[in-house]
Amino acid sequence: MKFLVCISKAPDTTTKIDFVDNNTKFNETGVQYIVNPYDEWYALVRALELKETLGGTVTTITVGTPEDEAIIRKALAIGADDSVRINADAKDAYYTAFQIAEFAKKGAYDIVFVGKETINYNGSQVGGMIAEMMNVPYVSLAAKLDLAGNTATIHKEMTGGVEVIELNTPFVISSAKGMAEQRIPNMRGIMAARTKPLQVVEPVACDQLVSFVSYDLPKTKSACKFVAPDNMAELVNLLHTEAKVI
Amino acid sequence: MSVLVYIDTLSGSVSKNSNEAVFYGSKLGDVTVVTNGGIAAEKLASLGNFGAKKVLVHRGVNSNDPTQLTKLVSAAVSASGAHTVVFSQDLTGKAVAPRVSAALKAGLVAGAVSLPDAGGVFKVNVFSGKALGNVKVNTAIKVINLTPNSLALETGSGTAAVEDFSADCGSPSFTVKSVQKQEGEILLPEAEVVVSAGRGLKGPENWGMVETLAKTLGAATACSRPVADIGWRPHHEHVGQTGLAIRPNLYIAAGISGAIQHLAGVNGSKVIVVINTDPEAPFFKAADYGVIGDAFDVLPKLNAEIQKLKSSH
Repeated sequence: MKFLVCISKAPDTTTKIDFVDNNTKFNETGVQYIVNPYDEWYALVRALELKETLGGTVTTITVGTPEDEAIIRKALAIGADDSVRINADAKDAYYTAFQIAEFAKKGAYDIVFVGKETINYNGSQVGGMIAEMMNVPYVSLAAKLDLAGNTATIHKEMTGGVEVIELNTPFVISSAKGMAEQRIPNMRGIMAARTKPLQVVEPVACDQLVSFVSYDLPKTKSACKFVAPDNMAELVNLLHTEAKVI
Repeated sequence: MSVLVYIDTLSGSVSKNSNEAVFYGSKLGDVTVVTNGGIAAEKLASLGNFGAKKVLVHRGVNSNDPTQLTKLVSAAVSASGAHTVVFSQDLTGKAVAPRVSAALKAGLVAGAVSLPDAGGVFKVNVFSGKALGNVKVNTAIKVINLTPNSLALETGSGTAAVEDFSADCGSPSFTVKSVQKQEGEILLPEAEVVVSAGRGLKGPENWGMVETLAKTLGAATACSRPVADIGWRPHHEHVGQTGLAIRPNLYIAAGISGAIQHLAGVNGSKVIVVINTDPEAPFFKAADYGVIGDAFDVLPKLNAEIQKLKSSH
């Protein structure tokens, strides 16, 4: 089995978000980058588990600049066999998906994994776009994936429950909580990652369909109004007459 | 200007998220709705109350398969001549809108929380709710995935014309083996009021008072990540950066300190009430109303007062 796992860079979850250049650019000063948690904890680790039981290879792919190699090496340290970096600073999800799909079409991958969303853009876009560009099925928000031969059984989220579905490879799957447990790379993995193959591929031409013109921080809340714990009548009154939410 | 809105009606009814998507679309132009499956025509006709002029329903597609729905929506775009395609960014919208965007090579506004301004710029949630992005679409056709509960729904009166629609949508790309439904609960992603609790409750056996309050309020229950991770509560209740992001009108949090990752999942809430014994809990900075006190003491009292209010109305 050949697995391709899409890996994206994201600011650490504790990062304080602000912007520079007239609110047009994310302020990267002092930001620690990590592998996007959904890509790492669920997509990558489940691909590795399947490879360990069924055999095969796990390749990661990232559309990014040379600065992204630190997080790519992290994925290799966790256990991926090799990595690909498409040498581009992606401007939108379509661009990212197009680069990955162009690469994946040539590789005869059985499953292309993505995380359910990135924690910086939260768009849940790239997986579905790749599937359409490759003309293969897309399974969104999977919480469990098992494989027998080329038939996959998948638990996916549905409104108010879980749907158990079956389909054959190849397909693209977006991975949510439940797919796997986070793995901490060990020293041997970290050492091995230094010499694992990391192929750099130049991007293909692609239009940019959307542009982020600027960013805003959410309106800061006015100061919290405190209510004494023995005066819940007052809280209920405020929620009813002032906030008008009950 | 023609606007196409896709809504998922496989449950047999029209969800609040779907009404919102139709209402949003009606602010942009004349709305044609497209849906599929066996839903009753009169339920679809009532989408006129939210501004739909026409509803196209494909009776031959009975799944939420993204491959089939992409073909359905693409065919409906051609048939209606729509310049804008709107989805609710619920589970179906997340699965289908990106595919439609790629199929039509039309720019996708993922997670819109506003109507476009005069310059055609949409606001979207980014950085897990810690910021807003201003997005412009560079293509003639736009696809908009609307964040649920991001606009105030107004109900008008009208009746939409319901028409059968047919298009070759191929066969489903997967087979559904079984469905496990949550029974009798208010669904967290659609809830207008949410009562949530964290480690401050000390153990799963103490959730009774959370559920009681939720029941009184007609609210869904939620929890913080540690609580889901140690198995006190099911994972689908976990709200936060790596769980569900929600935007209820009222979010009540008891015994949750308010780590930045938790806030990311709830700071789209219109009103936040925080109950915590620790006056230094960071959650108070994000709260509208705060109670420094023990959840064990406060929640039952709050419940009693809300019951009083409800019985007097």
